[in-house]
Amino acid sequence: MNLEIKDLWVSIDNEMILKGVNLHVPAGQFHAIMGPNGNGKSTLVKAIAGAPEYTIERGEVLYNGVNVLELEPDERARQGLYLAFQYPVEIPGVTVANFLRLAIQARTGKEVEFMDFYKKLTRALEILDWDESWVNRYLNQGFSGGEKKRNEILQMLMLEPSFALMDETDSGLDIDALKVVAKGVNAMRSANFSALMITHYNRLLEFIVPDMVHIMVDGRIVKSGGKELAVELEANGYEPVKAMAASQPAAAF
Amino acid sequence: MPEAIEERFSDNIPDAAIAQINESYEFGWSQPENYTIKAPKGLSREVVELISKSKEEPAWMLEFRLKALDIYRSKPVPKWGADLSGLDLENIYYYIKPTDALNSRTWDDVPDDIKRTFDKLGIPESERGMLAGVGAQYESEMVYHNLKEEWEKLGVIFLSIEDGMREHPELFREHFGTVIPPEDNKFAAVNSAVWSGGSFVYVPKNVKVEVPLQTYFRINAENSGQFERTLIIIDEGAYAHYIEGCTAPSYSSDSFHSGVIEIIVKKGARMRYSTIQNWSHNVYNLVTQRAAVYEGAHMEWVDGNLGSKVTMKYPATYLLEPHARGEILSIAMATTGQHQDAGGKVVHFAPNTSSSIVSKSISKNDGRSSYRGLVKVYDGAKNAKSNVECDALLLNDDSRTDTYPYIEIEEKTASVGHEATVSKINDEQVFYLMSRGLSEEAATGLIVRGFIEPIAKELPLEYAVELNRLIELEMEGSVG
Ligand SMILES: Nc1ncnc2c1ncn2[C@@H]1O[C@H](COP(=O)(O)OP(=O)(O)O)[C@@H](O)[C@H]1O
Ligand SMILES: [Mg+2]
Repeated sequence: MNLEIKDLWVSIDNEMILKGVNLHVPAGQFHAIMGPNGNGKSTLVKAIAGAPEYTIERGEVLYNGVNVLELEPDERARQGLYLAFQYPVEIPGVTVANFLRLAIQARTGKEVEFMDFYKKLTRALEILDWDESWVNRYLNQGFSGGEKKRNEILQMLMLEPSFALMDETDSGLDIDALKVVAKGVNAMRSANFSALMITHYNRLLEFIVPDMVHIMVDGRIVKSGGKELAVELEANGYEPVKAMAASQPAAAF
Repeated sequence: MPEAIEERFSDNIPDAAIAQINESYEFGWSQPENYTIKAPKGLSREVVELISKSKEEPAWMLEFRLKALDIYRSKPVPKWGADLSGLDLENIYYYIKPTDALNSRTWDDVPDDIKRTFDKLGIPESERGMLAGVGAQYESEMVYHNLKEEWEKLGVIFLSIEDGMREHPELFREHFGTVIPPEDNKFAAVNSAVWSGGSFVYVPKNVKVEVPLQTYFRINAENSGQFERTLIIIDEGAYAHYIEGCTAPSYSSDSFHSGVIEIIVKKGARMRYSTIQNWSHNVYNLVTQRAAVYEGAHMEWVDGNLGSKVTMKYPATYLLEPHARGEILSIAMATTGQHQDAGGKVVHFAPNTSSSIVSKSISKNDGRSSYRGLVKVYDGAKNAKSNVECDALLLNDDSRTDTYPYIEIEEKTASVGHEATVSKINDEQVFYLMSRGLSEEAATGLIVRGFIEPIAKELPLEYAVELNRLIELEMEGSVG
């Protein structure tokens, strides 16, 4: 739903990575963030999700009016936030199915009936064109890059967040896998669901059409526009936006 | 890891920490003592004679006991393993006969206060479920022992060790003390001198007891010792699964458990022995268990050590004839003030024998888990194969683990592999799970559960659930 990032400054190991990010994703909208590697895109979404290695130096992230930066990561998840990781983590010995049930219970605070769970799972697997045997595998263990990304979307479909932060979910996917993932994300579309997608490629945005595109350079949003911005970026590369960023004096902390 | 080598395990645990542990241990309650015989404290010839007399044993057994007493006295307390300096062997009651009503075959015949204990532990209830037979030991004696009729009809014997000695004297004498002689080690010797209680199991040729037999051990009195003796004979082509569970009240002074378990797995037979050891944190648990495995037979140990103050326990498998196989799965969890010194031993005597040891340990707070294992392959055990894998998980900065893998290979054609890993709870894993809505405690618990899954999945479902539940209990308050 409604996410407002206000003057967000974030550091890691005493190095400032985000330098005053302002961004508004209203309910029902999909926004994209693009930008060169190492400029703070992952830092932004991980800080919003509550990754412990980051220090919030200043600013607020209001989700439906609540400053989520004051909450534990699990509380943020219960508020409806979901992060599809750029590098999903392997959890040996825990099956996808078992984990999904526990996660749904944790998020809703209720026991889930096995039949309800199973129905929902079957539907999600169908959307993702995925075989049921996957859910008996250990979470992300031995998954290929593409399988891990697909598993992030499976979890999203099962957990039904109201806001998805997607970090390069399309990287490393072939075109068929990309279509499947896009189908999963589009299946979530509603007036009560929004998303912020980090990507390098316009081709993702052809399948999941964004309401706005933002460009992040050196820890700031240096340019925002409609979906044509992604096309422009792909044609011209990142050099022009980097030059533009260099000419905009950074705000002092 | 120089820190891990540094000796810093000690008995000086703050009282407050003990009080806290005892509070969280759910089986720490006790019943008033109302006993038929309570031998005086300490170990003496008189105590040994008293035990023998009370059991109305044949003369050879008294001789065996007295010889074992001498062996016990001649052996020093072992110094190579866990710290046993806190164990005062003279401050222990070596024999407590709780009641004259021994080996009841119905729970109605078990004295009320004792029955209440086992009711609270859920034993009669679990007996109605998926078990072929149940035994229950209280202090030094088996108060209950029952085998379902369908198995009795097939010739399966499941009795208290005393009844086994009385009712099947030849079978008993042929095997008793052959797998683990009193000379084996100091604690096998003390057990041989004062043994009391335990099970006698015989499964006839080709009979497969598909559902487990279970025995439950309970210590109730303070400063008491329990020295059960179990003898299991699986005849050719037969199968059985034996499960033992144990608990005790939490006292501020120590108790002592030193069992001896001897198993004979004959040609083509298969035996699985599972333990879920959950003694209170004031018990020294020093157990000797060993299986002699014959041609093409298969022995599996599943050993879960969660409770006790100090455990020294290394289930052993002797692969005596060709194509014998042995597997040892060991799980240990050590939290505040605990030292689990566990692992396994496999000795390959014959060609084409194979074995594997998988050990998973979890150390929490200042708990210490050690893997201690031996793989020995004698000259002539051609093509023997063995694989050892030990993984340690450390939950806190002051948690400790160490590995003592002894490998002795005399045979050139043998192939032996060893792999060891040490890991910490990884912050990225915790964050990943929390970002899905799991609390930090639930996330950590799930990672631990996943860590032991390869072993838990080998247990019957109810026991896997129980194991996970016990680990979760120990995990409580582990974060923050
Ligand atoms: N865990 C970390 N420790 C140290 N530096 C980090 C860590 N994570 C990110 N950084 C640094 O922060 C900067 C931004 O990284 P990141 O947010 O991952 O960029 P992007 O996602 O845009 O490629 C980079 O310079 C990176 O090296
Ligand atoms: Mg990134």
